[in-house]
Amino acid sequence: MGSVGDVKPQVMPFTEPLPLRSGARLSDYTLVYETYGSLNAERSNAVLVCHALNASHHVAGTYAGEARSEGWWDNLVGPGKPLDTNRFFVIGINNPGSCFGSTGPMHVDPATGRIYGADFPVVTVEDWVDAQARLLDRLGITQLAAVLGGSLGGMQALSWSLRHPERLRHCIAVATAPNLSAQNIAFNEVARRAIVTDPEFHGGHYYGYRVVPKRGLRVARMIGHITYLSDDAMEAKFGRGLKAGVPGYSTQDIEFEIESYLRHQGDKFSEYFDANTYLLITRALDYFDPAREFGGDLSAAFATARCKFQLVSFTTDWRFSPERSREIVRALLDNRFDVSYAEIDAPHGHDAFLLDDARYHGVLRARFDNIAREFGA
Amino acid sequence: MSDKKDIELIAELVPPGSRVLDLGCGSGELLAHLRDHRQCSGYGIEIADANVLACTQRGVNVIQLNLEEGLAMFEDRSFDVVLQLDTLQHLRNAERMLLETARVGRVGIVSFPNFAHWPNRLRIATGRMPVTKALPYEWYDTPNIRVGTYADFEVLARKNGLQILDSFGIQDGRVRRRRPNLTASVGVFKFERA
Repeated sequence: MGSVGDVKPQVMPFTEPLPLRSGARLSDYTLVYETYGSLNAERSNAVLVCHALNASHHVAGTYAGEARSEGWWDNLVGPGKPLDTNRFFVIGINNPGSCFGSTGPMHVDPATGRIYGADFPVVTVEDWVDAQARLLDRLGITQLAAVLGGSLGGMQALSWSLRHPERLRHCIAVATAPNLSAQNIAFNEVARRAIVTDPEFHGGHYYGYRVVPKRGLRVARMIGHITYLSDDAMEAKFGRGLKAGVPGYSTQDIEFEIESYLRHQGDKFSEYFDANTYLLITRALDYFDPAREFGGDLSAAFATARCKFQLVSFTTDWRFSPERSREIVRALLDNRFDVSYAEIDAPHGHDAFLLDDARYHGVLRARFDNIAREFGA
Repeated sequence: MSDKKDIELIAELVPPGSRVLDLGCGSGELLAHLRDHRQCSGYGIEIADANVLACTQRGVNVIQLNLEEGLAMFEDRSFDVVLQLDTLQHLRNAERMLLETARVGRVGIVSFPNFAHWPNRLRIATGRMPVTKALPYEWYDTPNIRVGTYADFEVLARKNGLQILDSFGIQDGRVRRRRPNLTASVGVFKFERA
């Protein structure tokens, strides 16, 4: 199993405005994307990998001369890996509103000539899927062998099956949910309030002040990170370990290992992530609810799908719990679709979807092997 | 039920083109057989990781679920046939699962080791628990927590208002219709809700 090696992101500009769910339009935008492997003559081996909250188009491979620049799903995507780039043409697209290159709140609004900031239109999972579909049009890909995503990426994979049912043969949705629960929205809201109430947020127009609401971003990341780990995983990794070995009897200094870890994660995140993007992406999570237009009937919502489905969840994931994946499975069964579901007994919580548990990767490898057989690779 | 001949004998009970649910489907061998030879579609339910992987490799739809939690995910009569082969004897709530089988499927098919097969009777007569091909475990390590007989199943089916459509024993890869309770190590029942 190897790496796809050094890769270069590509840029595609779009002049035709993208109509958004909110009624707004995104005009003159660009999308950044990467591809690995090669498209076969029949154009039948393309797999779109959708990214989650803090990831990007950089799914696999490295950037030349940059240490530790592996893509976020490099353990899954590459030559000989479960999603084998010797057989598949893999595409990663950075969603609009993100802060990794595609048009986002830090860019200039062509309508006003000013930086979007808080005025960047609210984007939804459906909007992202439509933007991705347009990029695939330009690449000449009319039908994907599969769409794969985890967490928020899984929601995009599900949305693909509903919005563009004829354009994918397989939907592979990992550690995802048919919508967010109230508790889940609550976590997002705490994160958003942390950002919005940071004095350096300036109503979302902090770019002009040459500041970044880092304090808010740090807290947002800390709360997010707590929800990505299981209680057991946190206990195993940190327990009640004290940074100095003995109590320092301080209310504000770092005392416990877990505090040190969370602060480190928060610091790192605040260095590279954009606050407005965080607000936009958590909102996209909150809004996703394909059953909403069907009176809450998820089975009815899925009636338009045509592809085959693979769902995966992790037993210790309490942010996107197995129960939520089973709701999706049930809706797919009601529609008599081909669906398989693996519930992986992994200890790591939501983060498990990015790790390389052998049972999890075994199922995905088997699934992609079968998909490859369909087009004779 | 990994015996190839047994699988073929049971597959013959499934009408071609059926929509099938296989509870405790193992590595998906029977489902693949039904798909490839009888144009059936459907799903397997499995709890074991290795079996879920094997089914995925075969391209058989598999849903990882603990049968002890019931079949709430499935609507009434949503399958033509629900199979429960070599599974019932492992379940704590065997009777409830039998009723669930009859609820979800128009037709249910179960198979299980027949404890009244004559070698077992002989062994019991000597004062020891049987250890045979169909019941290969010692009493202290057997996963078969519900050991019953061919005749016992007929009683259970009647008690639960299940109509037996067909039943036979299997011994050495052959159907036994004469005195199956004595001559067969495996019992097979095809039934529906009366």
